[in-house]
Amino acid sequence: MRFPYSETVLEHFRHPRNVGKIENADGKAIEGSPACGDMVSVYISVDPNTNKLTDIKFESYGCASNIATGSIITELAKGKTLDEAKKITWKDASEALGGLPKIKAHCSVLAVEGLRSAIENYEERHGMVRDRKPTTVETVRRRLKKVMNPLSGLDLVRTNLVRDIEVNDGAVRVVVDLPADNQFASAIKDEIVQKIEPLWDVKKVAVEFTE
Amino acid sequence: MLNRPVYMDNAAATRLDERVLEAMKPYFFDIYAVATSEFAYSQGIEAREALDVAREALAAALGAAPEEFIFTSGSTESSNIALKGVALALGNKKGKHIIVSKIEDFPVLYSSRVLEKQGLQVTYLDVDSDGFVDLDKLRDSITDETILVSIQHANQEIGTIQNIEDIGRICREKGVLFHTDATHTFPRVSLDVKKIPVDLVTLSAHTIHGPKGIGGLYIRQGTQIAKWVDGGFQEFNLRAGLENIPGAVGFAKAVQLVTPEETERLQAMRDRIIDRMIAEIPNSTLNGHRWKRLPQNANITFHFVEGESITLHLDMHGIAVSTGSACFSRSLEGSHVIFGIGGDHERAHGSIRFTFGRYNTMEDVDAVVQTLAEVVQELRSISPLGKEK
Repeated sequence: MRFPYSETVLEHFRHPRNVGKIENADGKAIEGSPACGDMVSVYISVDPNTNKLTDIKFESYGCASNIATGSIITELAKGKTLDEAKKITWKDASEALGGLPKIKAHCSVLAVEGLRSAIENYEERHGMVRDRKPTTVETVRRRLKKVMNPLSGLDLVRTNLVRDIEVNDGAVRVVVDLPADNQFASAIKDEIVQKIEPLWDVKKVAVEFTE
Repeated sequence: MLNRPVYMDNAAATRLDERVLEAMKPYFFDIYAVATSEFAYSQGIEAREALDVAREALAAALGAAPEEFIFTSGSTESSNIALKGVALALGNKKGKHIIVSKIEDFPVLYSSRVLEKQGLQVTYLDVDSDGFVDLDKLRDSITDETILVSIQHANQEIGTIQNIEDIGRICREKGVLFHTDATHTFPRVSLDVKKIPVDLVTLSAHTIHGPKGIGGLYIRQGTQIAKWVDGGFQEFNLRAGLENIPGAVGFAKAVQLVTPEETERLQAMRDRIIDRMIAEIPNSTLNGHRWKRLPQNANITFHFVEGESITLHLDMHGIAVSTGSACFSRSLEGSHVIFGIGGDHERAHGSIRFTFGRYNTMEDVDAVVQTLAEVVQELRSISPLGKEK
């Protein structure tokens, strides 16, 4: 039989590690993408003396890439300090899985985001976050690095698809260098909105295409 | 669990029937000329005869005259010819408006979008929660500018069979051409062009154990349609290109092999899979009408889980089915059909289509229900959704 995924992906898909919830978790997050419909929950336990992740669990309402990435990041993160775990990238997860199809990049980014958000959630709850900063063009650009271009499997910023970003009194406008009838236009638009909207001072997100 | 593979994606492609292959074989090895060569050598005459016999049989299966049936490379091309050919013939003469339903298959939908770019106005008609077009809305949408209505005979995903007799009557009353995509109905669901006022019908062999790469288009006598594929004078000068004689012969044979008894057998499998899944797997929803649907189609959403995960697990058990999940689609968009019937991402996300064919058995149905129940349960156990509080 032949499958569109690596052996490691299939192994984690079939037998995902660290599945479930942690009761009274120290940090938790739900990440969801309306474009794909996938959703991931991540729960963490943290040792306050060492700042290390003593336990991590996840749940997935998603496709094979999503489930496998959720599983692998729990293995990559367990035992690491919060700062180390925050640095785990989608690329690290993908490499540990023996590679993922490009078109599946955006499904698996979700799990990596879930881990970071769970850590941020812990830091917020434990007074480790500095004051909230206003959203700038740079903040938006950083977030857009997490929106994947399904054609290349790389993010929008790296593939030069972000033509323009404007931030004006809570209104964010992003211009994407793609025709509006591109096959991925609607998926990309949904994902941009989903990444920018949660910023605390953003009231409106407009995504425009160049043609 | 069966120790052989189970293929339940017969709407996408079917296994060729050996008898079809046998009928086609001579036209690969002995009579490999094309019909165009009939005045040059005798093999050409035999090719012409084979093409004519196939055409007569296929036209007869629709109640049509042979001159009203042209061969194409499949249903995609047939629908392209129907929409673009009519637009080319009537767009500048009669009007620039066409009407299609929102849940048409891609050839009709994307041909419409191209025509829209060329300056035609397209109305995309809503459907109700079962997938039916509202006849009053259709009637109200037809204007003096309207040249064509294109509404499928049955839906490719949810199987709902439209009331094409009434749709045709409305189009006839209003003097508008009517095209229907019958890829998934022909010849299992009857469509007699003598009784149903339809002007263009898209057909294909790939859904009925015939070869891929051959289809047909019924064009009612007198229909104004321009040639879309240019070149030679084949197919009554309506579609250029060397005749696919083995394909045509195979298509006719495939149609001949479909019997009402077989269709009843498929329908029994459909009914069993729907009834068992809905009863035995909690939180499952049928998509499409319960009985006004293709005899060979079932489509069910299993909530709180994602379709590509289901299909991959089933594939590991040797079971082939299809899903309307965005993760599965090449555009990363959920099924436009599920959205069209008012469903959301969640409903498209966990939707699975089962389509039956000649080589499926009741044993397959029971094996699929059992395996699927296990897979869904397993995936739900790792899903954050749908858990009891």
